[in-house]
Amino acid sequence: MSEPTRAEVCVVACAEAWRGDGAILASPMGLIPSLGARLARLTFAPDLLLTDGEAYLVDAAGGIEGWLPYAKVFTMLAAGRRHVMMGAAQIDRHGNQNISAIGDWKRPKAQLLGVRGAPGNTVNHPVSYWIPRHSPRVFAGHVDMVCGVGYDRGVRELRVVVTDLAVLDFGTPERVMRLRSVHPGVEVADVLAATGFPLAVPDQVPVTRLPTGEELGLIRTRLDPAGARERELG
Amino acid sequence: MTPDEIVAELRDGMTIGIGGWGSRRKPMALVRAILRSPLRNLTVVSYAGPDVGLLVASGQATRVVTGFASLDSIALEPHFRRARQAGTIELTELDEGMLHWGLLAAAHRLPFLPIRAGLGSGVLEVNPELRTVRSPYPDPYGLGEELVAMPALRLDAALVHMNRADAGGNGQYLGPDPYFDDLFCLAAGRAYVSCERVVAALDGPPQTLLLNRGMVHGVTQTPNGAHFTSCVPDYGRDEAFQARYAAAAADPAAWEEFRARYLDGDEAAYQEAIG
Repeated sequence: MSEPTRAEVCVVACAEAWRGDGAILASPMGLIPSLGARLARLTFAPDLLLTDGEAYLVDAAGGIEGWLPYAKVFTMLAAGRRHVMMGAAQIDRHGNQNISAIGDWKRPKAQLLGVRGAPGNTVNHPVSYWIPRHSPRVFAGHVDMVCGVGYDRGVRELRVVVTDLAVLDFGTPERVMRLRSVHPGVEVADVLAATGFPLAVPDQVPVTRLPTGEELGLIRTRLDPAGARERELG
Repeated sequence: MTPDEIVAELRDGMTIGIGGWGSRRKPMALVRAILRSPLRNLTVVSYAGPDVGLLVASGQATRVVTGFASLDSIALEPHFRRARQAGTIELTELDEGMLHWGLLAAAHRLPFLPIRAGLGSGVLEVNPELRTVRSPYPDPYGLGEELVAMPALRLDAALVHMNRADAGGNGQYLGPDPYFDDLFCLAAGRAYVSCERVVAALDGPPQTLLLNRGMVHGVTQTPNGAHFTSCVPDYGRDEAFQARYAAAAADPAAWEEFRARYLDGDEAAYQEAIG
């Protein structure tokens, strides 16, 4: 089997976000987080609940195992039995996230998705983020509209931030963003240069773990045989 | 009733709730009837899709209450995006769960319902009228938890689309998700249902009978009336048409052409034009 690609390293890094979560609803936004959640369920997190993106819970084979229309998603969410991986147009060092609008909210330079469920997600259950292009514009000193709240605004738990370059977390005494690992081939300096605020960096920065042979096989032959994952990276 | 008769019961300045979600099971035939009417200065409460996009494009919706505006397979509603960036509409931006809670409070005739969603977020900053309350019950810290007091979203009228209904106003959805259509109806002073087919007697699993005639004030049969949004199992989203809609919305001249071709006539003309 050929060497793992960056996208495959990212799939596994996303999958790791859900390790140990048990029978909760995993809600991935984006292709690589979706592949990660499904990979996690097929391997080390078999109890995870996943939806078809409409109103059904589906098992590993794609069969229907439950009904989860939006009203019930909201209840699972408020019950804390969910772990979502969202995107971010902007995220700051405390983990405040913006997906609503860029610029002055009253008349934005760019209207984006809107706050969606980000405010409720972040105060109710664990949240992670997936950033396919790690850049100073996304990792910003200032967030124009706080949708998902960070550690200075009462977030319940930010698990990890996975990017095309690295895995980050908030494992510092001040709960500010920290470099947890760099992907193979990425230097710490690359991550710092792509981050628009001071990042906490431990003395030793490990390399993000590589996919196992089993994981690579599942990604390549079962989850994404067409290789769409390669097109989601910046 | 006909869609035009339903729209004739609406008034300028009303707050109108629209059921469905994004580009799914939207009462588009009723929205198109509003486009043909002189109604103006409307506030629209919706999990927004092309319903909001069309009413923003026509200038009839001047305020939108929502957490997003999306076509699902196309992430951003193009008319909504343009209007926001031009500063031509007012927005009450809420978390999706807050919108649900506001409808639930209105349906239950409560002034508000407490919710955690919104705490610490920009939603409370861009909606300074929102207040918080402290729980009167002891929590583990003995402090009384602070919660957002989500005010009731009372609607003057609600518009929803069902797969089936009877002439009395009992309504049935046959797809996978009821969305919040029952709450929209109960939160409204008047609720109007369009449906794929009016039947003499509803059948199917009892859980699919979402609306009863006590919460509905008018019914109209509008076959293909959710087009181009999805109305499964009767039909899926017309992705090709939605893509044409989005492309036209990006360009004023193309939009004029689209409007003239599809929206200036009545519902029969629309259905014929989409072929």
